[in-house]
Amino acid sequence: MTNPRGRFGSHGGQYIPETLMNAVIELEEAYNRYREDPEFQRELTDLLNNYAGRPSRLYYAAKMTRDLGGAKIYLKREDLNHTGAHKINNVLGQALLAKKMGKTRLIAETGAGQHGVATATAAALMDMECVIFMGEEDTRRQALNVYRMRLLGAQVIPVTTGTATLKDAVNACMREWTSRIDDTHYCLGSVMGPHPFPTMVRDFQAVISREIRDQMQELEGRLPDAVLACVGGGSNAIGSFYHFIDQPSVRLIGCEAAGRGIDTFETAATVNVGRPGIFHGMKSYFCQDEFGQIAPVYSISAGLDYPGIGPEHAWLHDIGRAEYVPVTDDEAVDAFEYLARTEGIIPAIESAHAVAYARKLAPQMAKDQLMVVTVSGRGDKDCAAIARYRGEDLHE
Amino acid sequence: MSNLAKAFDHGKAFIPFFTCGDPDLATTAACVRAAVENGADLVELGIPFSDPTAEGPVIQEASLRALKGGATTDRIFDLVRDLRRDVKVPMVFMTYANVVFSYGAERFISTCARVGIDGLILPDIPFEEKEEFLPLCRQYGVTLVSLVAPTSANRIAMIAREAEGFIYIVSSLGVTGTRSEITTDLRSIVREIRATSSVPCAVGFGISTPEQGRAMAAVSDGAIVGSAIVRIIAQYGTEAPAKVGAYVREMKNAVIGN
Repeated sequence: MTNPRGRFGSHGGQYIPETLMNAVIELEEAYNRYREDPEFQRELTDLLNNYAGRPSRLYYAAKMTRDLGGAKIYLKREDLNHTGAHKINNVLGQALLAKKMGKTRLIAETGAGQHGVATATAAALMDMECVIFMGEEDTRRQALNVYRMRLLGAQVIPVTTGTATLKDAVNACMREWTSRIDDTHYCLGSVMGPHPFPTMVRDFQAVISREIRDQMQELEGRLPDAVLACVGGGSNAIGSFYHFIDQPSVRLIGCEAAGRGIDTFETAATVNVGRPGIFHGMKSYFCQDEFGQIAPVYSISAGLDYPGIGPEHAWLHDIGRAEYVPVTDDEAVDAFEYLARTEGIIPAIESAHAVAYARKLAPQMAKDQLMVVTVSGRGDKDCAAIARYRGEDLHE
Repeated sequence: MSNLAKAFDHGKAFIPFFTCGDPDLATTAACVRAAVENGADLVELGIPFSDPTAEGPVIQEASLRALKGGATTDRIFDLVRDLRRDVKVPMVFMTYANVVFSYGAERFISTCARVGIDGLILPDIPFEEKEEFLPLCRQYGVTLVSLVAPTSANRIAMIAREAEGFIYIVSSLGVTGTRSEITTDLRSIVREIRATSSVPCAVGFGISTPEQGRAMAAVSDGAIVGSAIVRIIAQYGTEAPAKVGAYVREMKNAVIGN
């Protein structure tokens, strides 16, 4: 599926400074060695099951199904993982790998704070130093997660450059990694960046679709007809899609953050409004101006507020294997409240983008069709912001 | 043969860097002319990028100022056309892959050749990705400059063997910006390059003082200075050209050993 050096069609690659080349080559070699190593896999599976709480549930959302009157809806409950999101799947894999490589320090970017919390958690568990870079704007939007990271022993550095959001946190991480490589692993949080990250992070997240496939087989005796997930960089989406890519009967739908709408500048729907570019180590689609300057993007969701998308998604879009649909702030907030009231599940505002599209799509599907919506994270972190969005004077 | 080699015909080379459009394009033009009049052997023109991941704070801030001030790729090509009316020394662009890719690689590189740009320095194009632009660079006679870093180790020979124009040796880990000392064993890096290549080597990243310039040029063929010049321009604005000229004179004297 992937060409040498991490190409997905024309996307992917390793567009990084020479200073980092040996670091990514060393990482790729270590990853290739340990992915085949039964002892590594045994340790990782043990962490995923006994520490993170896998497998996550595939829950039949009976009330939502009845209410929408179409496809039978299942929720893949990544929100029930330890630390409250899918991010832990990737982080445990990378932290274990970094430890085997002799690294003693993890650095990571974070948007909503979920990846930062997961990285800080793994660092605490594995006795590693941890530094998290987070856009200053996001430290305000997600103040509780900043405290959680500090509680876990991580240092949180607010990034004030550029738009002070996720892309600037990635910039800061890349600069930091360039200045300190020997003892430091950059624990990238999504299926983006230079090879081998998009492939490695996908492999660590592919546990989601492996479980969906097996659980669906057990519950319904067949594959689902549609799998929906939200997409920023795209790690929970590629994890949800991966084992179905070769099953053309399964529709794969990534839900992008449209912010105030794809006809406005305040959007982060990369596939819908971006064009091909080279940034953050990869060729993919990016929101940019006519001269290739990366555009400031906007979404209510700090985790989807990113001007690019992972290269494998760009390729799945190019070949028509996956669909990428825009979901606005308003639709996501409605879905956030809808899932809370209908199923008693408060999803992360990121995941609410997938729930929002499910509400549109399910009624158009037949009652004997099966839909899976990945609830990538829990929404506790978002409650104050959503309350404010609805005009309530609530502060953490 | 690359035009860039000419920069090394007059003893050790001094190579200043400018962020185009900071504070405005007219000041950039005046600073470049002042630098050339005072001994600059090659001029590195930075096309500002919104997210310059290889840069430290000084050039990051200059890039954002330039973009806010309206510097675009097209206006910077116009700047080069204007400079080429009298500036004879080689000039290269230093920018990021997306600036070239997004403009259309062929449109960008052919325009470089037409306006008189001799080479490209793209810090996010390592050896493994140079095919992205190298065929077009060769077609239009624009040199794609290779970089070697303190972490290059076993990669040096591979990079040097295919290098053209000059080799940009990154003096230190991290991003651009002035440093109080440079501890990398540059002598052994240059020795390794020399084993496979005869193209000149210039050292950049972290150099600001005449002492550093002299020391770097002593182990290589020249010194590249960016942040220190960008800082002078940030401080003096439209009054910067005379200050830049005096600084370049001092640095050129240092690198040639005076």
